[in-house]
Amino acid sequence: MSILSFLDRPASYIGKRVPRPGAKRLLAGGGRYVDDLRLPRLVHLAFLRSPYAHARILAIDTAAASRAPGVVRVLTAKDLEGRYTPWVGVLTHFKGLKSPPQHPLARERATWQGEPIVAVAAESRALAEDAAALVKIEWQELPAVTDMAGALAPGTPPIHAELGDNLAFTRSVDAGEVDAAFAKAFAVVEEEYSFARHTGVCPEPRSILADYDQAGESLTVHYSNQAPHMMKEIFAKHFGLAENAVRVICPDVGGSYGIKIHVYPDDMTTVAASLLLGRPVKFVADRLESFVSDIHAREHRIKARLALTKEGEILALDMDDLTGIGPYSTYPRTSAVEGNQVVNLTGSWYRHRNYRARLRVAFQNKPPTTQYRAVGHPIAAAVTEAIIDRGAAQLNLDPAQIRRINLIPDDAYPWTTASGLKFEKLSHQAALEKLLKLMDYDGLRREQAELRKKGIHRGIGLAAFVELTNPGPAFYGVGGAPISAQDGATIRLDPGGSVTCAFSVTEQGQGTEAMAAQVAASALGLPIEKVRIVTGDTERTPYGGGTWASRGAGIGGEAVLQAAHALKQNILALAGIMLQTPPENLDLADGWVTDKSGARRIGLDEVGRAAYFRGDTLPPGTQPEMSATRHYMPKLYPFAFTNSAQGSYLELDVETGFVRLLKHWVVEDCGRVINPMLVDEQIRGGVVQGIGSALYEECLYDGLGQLLNGNLADYLVPMAAEMPDIEVAHIETLTADSALGAKGAGEAGTAGAPAAVMNAVNDALKPFKVRVSSQPMTPQRILKALARA
Amino acid sequence: MLKPEHQATGAGEAGLKAPRFRYLKPHSLAEALDMLGGNASGARLLAGGQSLVPALNMRLLEPEALIDINGLGELTGITERQGVLRLGALTRHAELISSPLVARYAPLLAKAAPFIAHAAIRNRGTLGGSLAHADPAAELPACAVALDAEIEIAGRQGSRRVRARDFFTGIYQTALQPGEILAAIEIPFSPPGRRNVFLELARRQGDYALCGLAFAAEIKDGTIAAARAVYFGVGAKPVEAGKAAAMLEGQTPRAAPDAACAALAAELAPLGDFNASPVMKRHLAQVLLRRALAQLGAP
Amino acid sequence: MSGGTVSIRLSINGESVTREVEPRLNLVDFLRDELGLTGTRWSCEHGVCGACTVLIDGALARGCLVFAAQLDGSRVETIEGLSRSGVLADLQAAFQLHNAVQCGFCSAGMLLSAETLLRENRAPSRADIRHYLSGNYCRCTGYHAIIDAVEEVAKSRAAKGPSRKEGAP
Repeated sequence: MSILSFLDRPASYIGKRVPRPGAKRLLAGGGRYVDDLRLPRLVHLAFLRSPYAHARILAIDTAAASRAPGVVRVLTAKDLEGRYTPWVGVLTHFKGLKSPPQHPLARERATWQGEPIVAVAAESRALAEDAAALVKIEWQELPAVTDMAGALAPGTPPIHAELGDNLAFTRSVDAGEVDAAFAKAFAVVEEEYSFARHTGVCPEPRSILADYDQAGESLTVHYSNQAPHMMKEIFAKHFGLAENAVRVICPDVGGSYGIKIHVYPDDMTTVAASLLLGRPVKFVADRLESFVSDIHAREHRIKARLALTKEGEILALDMDDLTGIGPYSTYPRTSAVEGNQVVNLTGSWYRHRNYRARLRVAFQNKPPTTQYRAVGHPIAAAVTEAIIDRGAAQLNLDPAQIRRINLIPDDAYPWTTASGLKFEKLSHQAALEKLLKLMDYDGLRREQAELRKKGIHRGIGLAAFVELTNPGPAFYGVGGAPISAQDGATIRLDPGGSVTCAFSVTEQGQGTEAMAAQVAASALGLPIEKVRIVTGDTERTPYGGGTWASRGAGIGGEAVLQAAHALKQNILALAGIMLQTPPENLDLADGWVTDKSGARRIGLDEVGRAAYFRGDTLPPGTQPEMSATRHYMPKLYPFAFTNSAQGSYLELDVETGFVRLLKHWVVEDCGRVINPMLVDEQIRGGVVQGIGSALYEECLYDGLGQLLNGNLADYLVPMAAEMPDIEVAHIETLTADSALGAKGAGEAGTAGAPAAVMNAVNDALKPFKVRVSSQPMTPQRILKALARA
Repeated sequence: MLKPEHQATGAGEAGLKAPRFRYLKPHSLAEALDMLGGNASGARLLAGGQSLVPALNMRLLEPEALIDINGLGELTGITERQGVLRLGALTRHAELISSPLVARYAPLLAKAAPFIAHAAIRNRGTLGGSLAHADPAAELPACAVALDAEIEIAGRQGSRRVRARDFFTGIYQTALQPGEILAAIEIPFSPPGRRNVFLELARRQGDYALCGLAFAAEIKDGTIAAARAVYFGVGAKPVEAGKAAAMLEGQTPRAAPDAACAALAAELAPLGDFNASPVMKRHLAQVLLRRALAQLGAP
Repeated sequence: MSGGTVSIRLSINGESVTREVEPRLNLVDFLRDELGLTGTRWSCEHGVCGACTVLIDGALARGCLVFAAQLDGSRVETIEGLSRSGVLADLQAAFQLHNAVQCGFCSAGMLLSAETLLRENRAPSRADIRHYLSGNYCRCTGYHAIIDAVEEVAKSRAAKGPSRKEGAP
């Protein structure tokens, strides 16, 4: 029986808009996040953080703090010595990437404003903060490296003397004959882009509760995090604990977007404190400290050049990316991936064979900077789509038309890009046409023209791009990271006829559990209420990678499907014995074993009871296996690429520089869509996040490395009033790498929105013959381009 | 190079839990004044708390005591009497939107209040608090100036009155002396012919203004008379653009206000912020003036 | 006032609660740590994000900007109470149906804000809904589904007629 035979059945949940069963609890105030946990003898941590971007620590006086009311312990780096091993954020497959060892609390030196220096453990957070204010530190301020170009200028002292300079990583790609292509081009366009540093602003701040049981010598960490198994390995390794003495539990997670998948010194300090004190220790970052301690992302300055024929065909693309990270490459994923993706992805959905790119990643005295939702894609998409629009303008071609000419044709697959990416099968041309129809592109152009006559300036922006999903071990594991590219599911029938499925992908609100329930219920012919999903606990689920790089449905969902299918075979085998019918003649539907025509034979509960309680009724030698475990890892391709096309329609007030977003569209091809509602809101959430980086979000620093706008009044996140309605449509090009054929969808919204919105702004600015190529495109930047301010 | 002993902190002070303070709850204005005077510089007044409490949470302020004046009946109420609208200091922003008296006699306030933050803030934030806090980017101080309001200040020695245009003296600075409590604001009725325009440019709904304008004028025989243009978000306090307003006298609203805009550019000396440089603010101020006039001139 | 604490007696979700509180304890921490009502959350503690939204004397308020000590004699309603009473039932059902909740952290604030919006405005446009909810930060959804859910409930409540009393399902 085909593994997907259930798809034709009306009872299949695949492709259906099933409301998340878990949503009800969340909507009633029943969410259980780390901070909701109350344990006996719990202590709370507050940190004293460096006020300087770069300074030597001369002396720390904790005497007064230690005596403050409610204080259990005050910890400095000295107190933790010997209780951990430092970590280094490098991987072997990023040749030349360098970074020094990092410690939980700073030792001789602080290297970013916000770096944790002293930890105060007290009976409440308020008391810990009171005591922290009594700690006295003597500092010697050092020159701070606060600018990417400056970091690499000869003569700038390296932040880490032993590393020689501030170049953390560099890489180049040179494919085809780039110089020859530019030499013979009809048109060459050049532009410089800048993308601001920004940060995640998770609604639930980073939260960790480490509970070391001294008697049992075991550590349980309740962690708002995306990858519990990875963290289990890391805690065991760096704190010298036995692998099976560490358990990581991820309860409800209030948003993560890649922020909560990196190793943080304050989190490691929390674990160390628990080991030291033998008590549960909780640390929840407050909002102000989140701004200076959560990872930052995306700071880039890019020069790009495009060579075109007269007809608009791209001959070559040449790109230089300078990106600034913090003083350490993050662990265990490194801070090289963002820039590396930009180099790999830029232009990759177009047909040209000549491509050159150079990446330089520079250390700075700013918070550690690394992967955040859509890693590198927003930059690659924005640069590619902006410069191709610029080329279209130069050649007097419609932006849709220049894309038609250059997008990889839908029948050209499999395709290997100039940068070496392998695409199994994408639908760029179909997605573009579908988008143009969905947004009524011609109608919008007519409306735009009419309104221009009245001095109203609207802009239409298009963006085509790819998204990397379902990565295999070539992404991280190959370089030595304890990051699993596979996931597993264990599924079990209970005697009452319900099913429990534990799998290793995690939930942060995107609907992982619902997706898995839909797959399991469909494969087993069960009503969805009969399926219970267990995630987020290293002790209760198979070993796996967790959530990242949009792999939950494609990899986790496949593991669930395979396990469910295996269980189904076992159930039908037993049912066949009980019914004295060949199992090939049986099927499952609606909680019943049926024959091929759908007629009910026996209930699943009857099978379950026979298996568990009535072995005496089964023939000798029958061993029912009412549970099954399957693991899955993609094999055919290192990544499952998806494709997307986005459109933005906006109105630009050219007197004030204010942008009013009127509407946004996304045509998304993520392979098989298990639940369109889940995918749609992931896309929309991603689009809004992308709009944030396009128009609003930036971490503003002064020359001394001080964050100027580290609060929610001054760091502007998108709110409902300024956001447009976002219409989403789907194309489904399945991957052959799995039975389910699902690819990922979690990051596509974020990947393409900045590109679409920037193109729309520049489209609105066309009559003025100016462009904005710096994000966020604030009113100030727009007015500056218009020379009005 | 060598810094003296330094309290190490994060980007703000340590954390977001308020420091310790004594909580005092007076039952009359007189008692509140006694508490305030008696505590010298150690006590702060707690009204709506929508600006004060964030500052406490961030430990930007560490008062010895908070005096909760929310229960004081003497500071509440919206009444009208002989051509004057009187609003108690504890009038909540939300009441400015819902009050029929405000709608009738000081509509500029009703137009401005929806721009203040969000519903939850407006339910507790107070008019008196906003005026006493004197944030340069806040709406109500500019409206008070545009409406020619008088601010009644209560002290232990009695009360005194200060004209709104004299009340705001700098960034977060007012004419309030230590030991005084802003008790009420009195606004002369808008004459029947007065038209009010309230415009604000903010990055997001409810944010502080990059540039805002409280504009009032009478239209006599189709021309502008007695124009008042009070800007906020462009200086240390509300800025009355008197020269620009004077240039508008006798003009029709639809006439190009080039002279007024030029005068405006000269009389504004904006302070830049994260969102806009001084040059940009000057430019935005001119844009708002043109738009206010366009609204006046609209049928 | 004794030993620096303040005596308060207030109504929490219809139940009378009497406590001695430290003056600096804000309402969110009081609800969460003192009463175990963890449905109300803090996320910024400076009044911007709306995760701490509660009703005080029937009006929408930021729990992080008011001290428990101030609330003697007040009536506080949280997501737990408004959920149990059924007041939010149609909104909750609509949110679930439209997938207007992902991580759930902003949901209590969103629901309470939506409820007070619909009490004040029985026929809000999508722009009205966006405007009113602009004090509640969501990072997961694109707000679109939330607007859809509130719009649908507004229409269905209006269809049920004008006799829907405040506080009744």
